[in-house]
Amino acid sequence: MLSIRNLHVSANNKPILKGVTLSVTSGEVHAIMGPNGSGKSTLAGALAGRPGYDVTEGEASFDGRNLLEMDPEERAREGLFMAFQYPVEIPGVNNAYFLKAALNAARKHRGEEELDAMEFMALVRDKAKLLQMDATMLNRAVNEGFSGGEKKRNEIFQMAVLEPRLAILDETDSGLDIDALKIVASGVNSMRSPDRAIVIVTHYQRLLNYIVPDVVHVLVDGRIVRSGGKELALELEDKGYGTADVEPAVAR
Amino acid sequence: MARVASRSEQYVTEFERFARTQGGSTPSWLGVLRQGAIESFGNTGFPTTRDEEWRFTSVAPITETTFARAQNGFDRAAAALSRHDIAYVGLDRVSAAELVFVNGRLAPSLSRTEGLTGSVLVRDLQSMLSSRPGALEPFLSRAIEYQDQAFAALNTAFLADGAVVWMPANAVLETPIHLVFISSPEASPTVSHPRVLIVAEENSQARVVETYAGPRGQVYFTNGVTDIFVGPAAMLDHYKIQQESAASFHVARIQARLRRGSQFTSHSLSFGGALVRNDVAAVMEDEGADCTLNGLYLADGHRLVDNHTTIDHARAHCTSHEIYKGILADRARAVFNGKIVVRADAQKTDAKQTNKALLLSDDALINSKPQLEIFANDVKCTHGAAVGQLDDDAIFYLRARGIALDEARAMLIHAFASDILNRVRIDPLRAQLEEELTEGLRLKA
Repeated sequence: MLSIRNLHVSANNKPILKGVTLSVTSGEVHAIMGPNGSGKSTLAGALAGRPGYDVTEGEASFDGRNLLEMDPEERAREGLFMAFQYPVEIPGVNNAYFLKAALNAARKHRGEEELDAMEFMALVRDKAKLLQMDATMLNRAVNEGFSGGEKKRNEIFQMAVLEPRLAILDETDSGLDIDALKIVASGVNSMRSPDRAIVIVTHYQRLLNYIVPDVVHVLVDGRIVRSGGKELALELEDKGYGTADVEPAVAR
Repeated sequence: MARVASRSEQYVTEFERFARTQGGSTPSWLGVLRQGAIESFGNTGFPTTRDEEWRFTSVAPITETTFARAQNGFDRAAAALSRHDIAYVGLDRVSAAELVFVNGRLAPSLSRTEGLTGSVLVRDLQSMLSSRPGALEPFLSRAIEYQDQAFAALNTAFLADGAVVWMPANAVLETPIHLVFISSPEASPTVSHPRVLIVAEENSQARVVETYAGPRGQVYFTNGVTDIFVGPAAMLDHYKIQQESAASFHVARIQARLRRGSQFTSHSLSFGGALVRNDVAAVMEDEGADCTLNGLYLADGHRLVDNHTTIDHARAHCTSHEIYKGILADRARAVFNGKIVVRADAQKTDAKQTNKALLLSDDALINSKPQLEIFANDVKCTHGAAVGQLDDDAIFYLRARGIALDEARAMLIHAFASDILNRVRIDPLRAQLEEELTEGLRLKA
């Protein structure tokens, strides 16, 4: 589903990713772990099409299509979703209005009927329950005045409504207390499916106690230095990232 | 300078012709009023950028164009229009009365007043001047101060066309009164000087909408003045919708006087015009008055919009709230000058002013100046100004959810304008303004 080969990405002319190779198959959950500054968020951002990142080498494809040539909105309509590390507050833009526009853009792209207001509201009420969110937040401005935890939950709520085929969760666990973490994790778990892949980008393995990954990759200094099963996350938690780069890199 | 002077000469000459046509039926106070106004205008001429109040706005495009005062052809112009032609500015279904003026003069065939109740009076100024001049004199004679007001002086010199809205004491009108000023297509540029007088007597309530519009691409000059008297405990909601042609000139002044415990709200929504100057001045003459000024303006191309507001807290215990927002694209320019005066007697004043501008291009420009003059010592006055561009992070966030770039920008621009539009309490009008904003933005793309 997602295939990344030798990806090099710079920001402000500074190389951040220095040759990432990664392959994610439908139905899998991958975790990308690494210390601060290793390039985790750059990888997520580059895949979602965030401006300011220059791909200097390598390729990334999504279902065989060149991801790097697409506008961010096209990637989203094709079924790629990134949960933001720092969700943006947008005063004056109503949550429901925004989400309906997003959902219908994707439906239109797929050649499906757009949902009317009634159908849409029925759908989002359902999904809001899943994330234990108060339906009144739909009438508030996007993320405005939301607490850190509410913002992260809102990201997963949007993911539940948009039903992407590939979800990239960028540090979704940061700033969540244990209750919120469990709610977010159960929301994500409910979306695990053979047709969908999920990539979790995180510094800590805490979230991985609740969303158990199939594959764990370790990103250090812009390269994946090791890949392994779920037990790798526990090992990293135990020993820290300091030793990770001396171990053999399975991914290559 | 000589050129400007010679242009003002033309208006003085035009005035002499105008005064002769007014003839003997003119009440003497009106003759004196007009004469005083033209003399004041003759002395000052048009303002230049050396005048502090006009520092950033050159009126050369107005003074360099020869405008004929549309004297004849009102009937022909009006006959050429139908209700259908003005439907886009109409509040047909919701207004109690709608007066339509073509080139300043009432077009009875396009107007209707049958929805009015009681002794509420909505009439054209000319007929009031001939039938009940005595009732108008105390209001029209005292309203104007010409200092720095050359355009208002010019309007007063040619005072004849326009509307009168009179709310008797305790009258409450639930549906709005709509005054529409249309400029019709003419072979050469014309000028009109519409004058609106709104008197809300004690404890009355009304909403008055003034709409200014003209054919696309047409060059003309609207020089308007609106005098508003809000009596004790009266409530007046005033809307000015400026949808003039993008090639036209619009200079207009709203001046309101607020009595004890009254409430005045001004909504100034400015979309059209090549060169636009809106002045809104409110004086709180007695205690307990409340004044709200809301403003939204949109400009693109090489257009210029200048908003000058003055809130004069003359007495104690009055409150004022002001919020103006502008959206500027291309090489558009805007001026915002918000003056708040708190007189020595005006203790316990509470005044709040906010002004924000959204610049959609690197070449758009705003000159923004809050101007607080406070002579009392126990007051609360705040002001804030912000100029910014669309938030790139917000745009990416929307795009990352599948929303196209154009739509994302439009959403954010709407969001910026939404708190002003949400204050519009006439639903069909708000819907119409939303559309106007969307349309205005589409032209940009």
